[in-house]
Amino acid sequence: MTKDIILAGVGGQGILSIAACIGMAALEEQLFLKQAEVHGMSQRGGAVQSHLRLSSSEIASDLIPEGHADLVISVEPMESLRYLSMLKPNGYIITSINPYINIPSYPDIEVLLKEIWSQPKYITLDADQMAKECGSVKAANMVILGAAAPFLGLKPESITKAIGMIFGSKGEDVVNMNLKAMHAGRDLALKQL
Amino acid sequence: MQRLLLLGDEAIAQGAIDAGLSGIYAYPGTPSTEIMEYVQASKEAKAKNIRALWSANEKTAMESALGMSYAGKRAMVCMKHVGLNVAADAFVNSAITGANGGLVVVAADDPSMHSSQNEQDSRFYGRFSFIPILEPANQQEAYNMVRYAFDLSEKMRIPVMVRITTRLAHSRTGVECLEAKQQNDIHLPENLRQFVLLPSIARKQYRELLNKQPLLEEESLVSGYNNYIDGADKSTGIIACGLAYNYLIENFADHKVPFPVLRIGQYPIPVKMVNQLYESCDKILVLEDGYPIIEELLKGMLDKGKTIRGRLDGSLPRDGELTPNIVGSALGRTFEKGAAIPELVKNRPPKLCDGCSHNDAFLALNEALATYSRGRVFSDIGCYTLSALEPLESINSCVDMGASITMAIGAADAGLVPAVAAIGDSTFTHSGITGLLDAVNNQSPITVLILDNATTGMTGGQASSAYGKVEDICKGLGVDEAHIKVLKPLHKFHDENVQAIKEELEYPGVSVIIPRRECIQTLNRRMRQKAKVKSMDI
Repeated sequence: MTKDIILAGVGGQGILSIAACIGMAALEEQLFLKQAEVHGMSQRGGAVQSHLRLSSSEIASDLIPEGHADLVISVEPMESLRYLSMLKPNGYIITSINPYINIPSYPDIEVLLKEIWSQPKYITLDADQMAKECGSVKAANMVILGAAAPFLGLKPESITKAIGMIFGSKGEDVVNMNLKAMHAGRDLALKQL
Repeated sequence: MQRLLLLGDEAIAQGAIDAGLSGIYAYPGTPSTEIMEYVQASKEAKAKNIRALWSANEKTAMESALGMSYAGKRAMVCMKHVGLNVAADAFVNSAITGANGGLVVVAADDPSMHSSQNEQDSRFYGRFSFIPILEPANQQEAYNMVRYAFDLSEKMRIPVMVRITTRLAHSRTGVECLEAKQQNDIHLPENLRQFVLLPSIARKQYRELLNKQPLLEEESLVSGYNNYIDGADKSTGIIACGLAYNYLIENFADHKVPFPVLRIGQYPIPVKMVNQLYESCDKILVLEDGYPIIEELLKGMLDKGKTIRGRLDGSLPRDGELTPNIVGSALGRTFEKGAAIPELVKNRPPKLCDGCSHNDAFLALNEALATYSRGRVFSDIGCYTLSALEPLESINSCVDMGASITMAIGAADAGLVPAVAAIGDSTFTHSGITGLLDAVNNQSPITVLILDNATTGMTGGQASSAYGKVEDICKGLGVDEAHIKVLKPLHKFHDENVQAIKEELEYPGVSVIIPRRECIQTLNRRMRQKAKVKSMDI
């Protein structure tokens, strides 16, 4: 089993919380894992990405080769398209449709969504709205994680356990809210499939 | 043994803690920052009373680490590649003094300049100083190499460099830990003149250092960090340094390379191994994540031997970091590329955060300077460098730590009056103080903005050595108290801030303006922690 995943977003959006959950779940299943993160200047509102590689055998490169990623998981719609060259021809884009507009040349959202919907395989979701319905917009990343869950090749219980471990220190309510958000994303993805 | 999920930086930190570290010294700099941060956050390090505080700059860090080594304990000093320029005087001479307690220098290079002004290769510094360099290919090796580096440093009685690049520093994977070693007891060097580099002593010590070189090469041969891996296809022999080895094997099924490969993780390079590869292959391909150092050595000036391929002949790009695809292309492999990136995807450069104090400071400066010709603001290294970009476009230089003040002096000397320097609080205490002293002695007509956000912002909010000291430092250097002004960079004070800056621009001597407001990121973090503590109280 190997899964090469690009996580995309804007500095400060917290894509690493998704990476941490997937990483924790992969460890739970005794998989090998490498996760290359972006620290430093880009974290100030710039485009950021993380290469996350899971495998049942040892992983060589910290970077995913171009055209090799199984998934692009993005917390921002424009960012989901920035790494298309990394994606396999039959790879999936899983992205939030909530734009993060901090540049004047940000494209028209309708045009942008049409571009995403013209890609071969995608799941798009209004993660902010879904997270709000689950209790807090802060859980939007967990909605997106949930939408990606069916494609990760990980057991659902590993992901559930990972969320419990990562948010455990914040109390049971926070864990449950994040689990609810993850399940909401998962249900939506399964419906769109 | 314990298995942890660690960044390369964290693996180095844990490796040092487990290797009997007594003190770590550093100034924040991407991609090296997380090494110190990890030790600072480690309960284990706290329990072991390991010294872990930020230094004012890389030179003071290097010297403090050398002092701990003098006293017989294991010390680590960490910096980004350009930080090694700052520490270079101490670093190069530490090879001549030699070490007593193990001394490990971690230099984190940033090929492709993700967060840097250049992509210099620290292996040059190691070679220049005649000390061993270890270059891990992965996080586990980084962990193991740190322990070996301390042992080697004590065995050979010289500092040892661990050189990493951004991808290893900031990539996370599982690392197996070894049993922790005890710290050394304090013990001074046998020869109390070992660290006295008077010419007569330095000459002797330098010859000793030169005499150690064959021993260091022998170490590189037997340590296990350089490996000759034979392959059936002798048309090309491959030298793969550090991380480049991963990109090489990524290109082959089951990671089995058909060519003979010399995997390099330790320098000086064992010539015997290089010769074996050279003699048995038709041509050589050199893969280095940095400058083409080995490639140049192999080629020589006349390049009359076998074909040497790499960054110099165009087989690999001359600049930038390596990737699996770049390495694969050099081996003639073709790839199924992903789709093109649609045109509507626009660049999203980093920018100052919403609510950042620098933004208000530069808006005021821009307006105060509106009546002067453009191009007179010298700046420095930090978040505020982003004010060079739209929409602020406030600054005209960013070269090295502290250069804002000193460049303003030179420009003012040339007749550009007023000249303005804009420097952050942490950068000011790193390398701005001496420049400000020059300005005072020179009576330069410059206005220095010390943008005080009470932290080292760009690297993630580490403690600033300048905290609570900026005015006193300026006064102590001789800046006239009447021309030291503290402003509150907030929109509601904009007009009075513009007026204050304008007045100082007109003053024909050294003025210091201190726009002071806490970094919005550290403020938010502090508030979150406060809320957490409060909820725990309830």
